Formats: sequence, structure tokens, C-alpha cells
Amino acid sequence: MRELSLHILDLAQNSIEAGARNLIVAINENENGFFVFSIEDDGRGMSPELLRQVRDPFTTTRLSRKVGMGIPFIDMVTQQCGGHLEITSEKGKGTRIAAYFAAGNIDMPPLGDIAASVRVLLAGAPWIDLEFIYCCGQGRLDFSTCQVREILGDAADFANPEISLWLEEYLKQEIAKVKGMEVQ
Amino acid sequence: MKSLEDLHKLREKLKADIKLRKDEGTKIIVGMGTCGIAAGAREVMSAILDELAVRKLLNVQVQQTGCIGMCEKEVLVDVIRPGEPRITYGKVKPEDVKKIIAEHVVNGRIVEELVVGKLEQE
Repeated sequence: MRELSLHILDLAQNSIEAGARNLIVAINENENGFFVFSIEDDGRGMSPELLRQVRDPFTTTRLSRKVGMGIPFIDMVTQQCGGHLEITSEKGKGTRIAAYFAAGNIDMPPLGDIAASVRVLLAGAPWIDLEFIYCCGQGRLDFSTCQVREILGDAADFANPEISLWLEEYLKQEIAKVKGMEVQ
Repeated sequence: MKSLEDLHKLREKLKADIKLRKDEGTKIIVGMGTCGIAAGAREVMSAILDELAVRKLLNVQVQQTGCIGMCEKEVLVDVIRPGEPRITYGKVKPEDVKKIIAEHVVNGRIVEELVVGKLEQE
């Protein structure tokens, strides 16, 4: 995939399929020499046995095919970039996946359009509560769907095209602020 | 500049939208498995949401699905109009979205050159 944001979207879909109601997506551009992103959910979690096998592309819980590429794919990318993939999971509690890349590694794909990934994730699963954290240098963005739900109540439908469009533009602008870039 | 304050202003309108959105309208379903995402599903889904916002098509529901086993034909987009067969479009690009929405979703004319499957509804 061309962007880490696409991997994040892909891994977050696993959380949705695992029945998660709450999701925390966190990105840190430099945490002790690593670019790190993590996805934490309260989905059904994995047994120790599944957790051991989950990096193997021939392991999947789905029935339509016998392969699952998402986790093996990001596992490989982190290793190619001087990093590693951490997966912790407990059955009935949830799963946390954290991808580490050596900061500044030239093979690391760009983060890309994370605002678009968050928007599409929420449009496809508007019932979840998402906390999105983005850290870069001294800057930090902490966005939560709860902030929107507090204002809009029942009308906070993230599949509503108008809210979806607002969300993408808002996140783009806030991320640019954290990066210390001019906001257009 | 966008702010959470914008949502306060939109609140009454968005509340009215809920009633419209509960109607049994047309469904658009985008394939969001690893294969779909790698093929560009995020951009297609964004284009669909943008077009629905521009046209104010509030009774159209956008949903997602995982891999259905036709990975080579991703991005897959299904359109289901009430009482009509489920049409599956394959290798959909963001630039195809306007046409699918204008022709099929709004006017009920299937965009034949992009169809890869048709399923009669029960």
C-alpha cells in the first residue's frame, strides 16, 4: 500500500469486524526514535493460539477465503523499515496493534491522507466511538467522536455526507496545525 | 476554518436529516477488505460521500463490506435500489463515481460497462 494511513484503515476494519465499539487510533511521528502508530480496540480479542498464528498470511477468521493479508503485510513493512509490529490481545477484552518504524527510514511509506482514512472508517462504521490522537514534535491533536456526539446528540451520524465532509476538512486543518504548517 | 462551532450551527438541520435518512432508500456498498483498500476503496468511498453531499442525497445509505473473494475486481461497489436487482460494479475508480450516482442511483439506468455482477433480490 502506498500510505501508512491505508494500513491503519485496513487494521481498523479488523477491529470493526471483531465487534469493537471503542477504538483508539494514535500516531506519533517520533517516539524515542520511532515513528509509531497504534490501534486499540475492545473487540472480541484473540486466543493465545490465534495470536501466535496471526502474522501468517494463511491464517484468517473469515470464511470467504483462506488467506488474510492485512497483518502479515504491515508486519513485513515494519521489518523492512527498521521496526517491528507489536500485537497484544486478550480474548473477550480486545486487541492492540502497534507498528514501529525507525524514524527517518527512507523505505517507510508516507503517512498519507489520515484524515480521509478516519472519515471513511467512521462513515463505514458510524456506531463506533473513536479517539484519534496525533503527535508531532511538541504538538498534539486529540479528537474524539464524543466531542461531536456531545454537540449533535442523536444527529451525530458519521455516515451523513455533510458531517463526513466537515470531519475530513476539520481533521486536515487540525493536523496541519499540529505539524506547524500554514492552514489554507 | 472548520470548528466544532460549525456543528452547533448545523444541529437543527442535521436533526431534520435523520428522518430522511431512516427511509428505506438506495444502498451503496463498498468493498473495504485489504484487497479493496489496496485497490483504492478509500478514494472511491470518499468520492461517493462527496458526491452525495453535493447532491444532497440523504436517503442513500453508504455501507462497507469486507473481502467477498473477487479481489482482482476491486474496487467493488454494489448499488441496490429498492425492489431492483443488486448490481455489482468492478474496478471502480473515483472518476467513475459521478456517473454511477447520476445514472444508476438517481435515474435507475445501470452503467453497463462497469458491471461485473447482478443478483436478483428475494
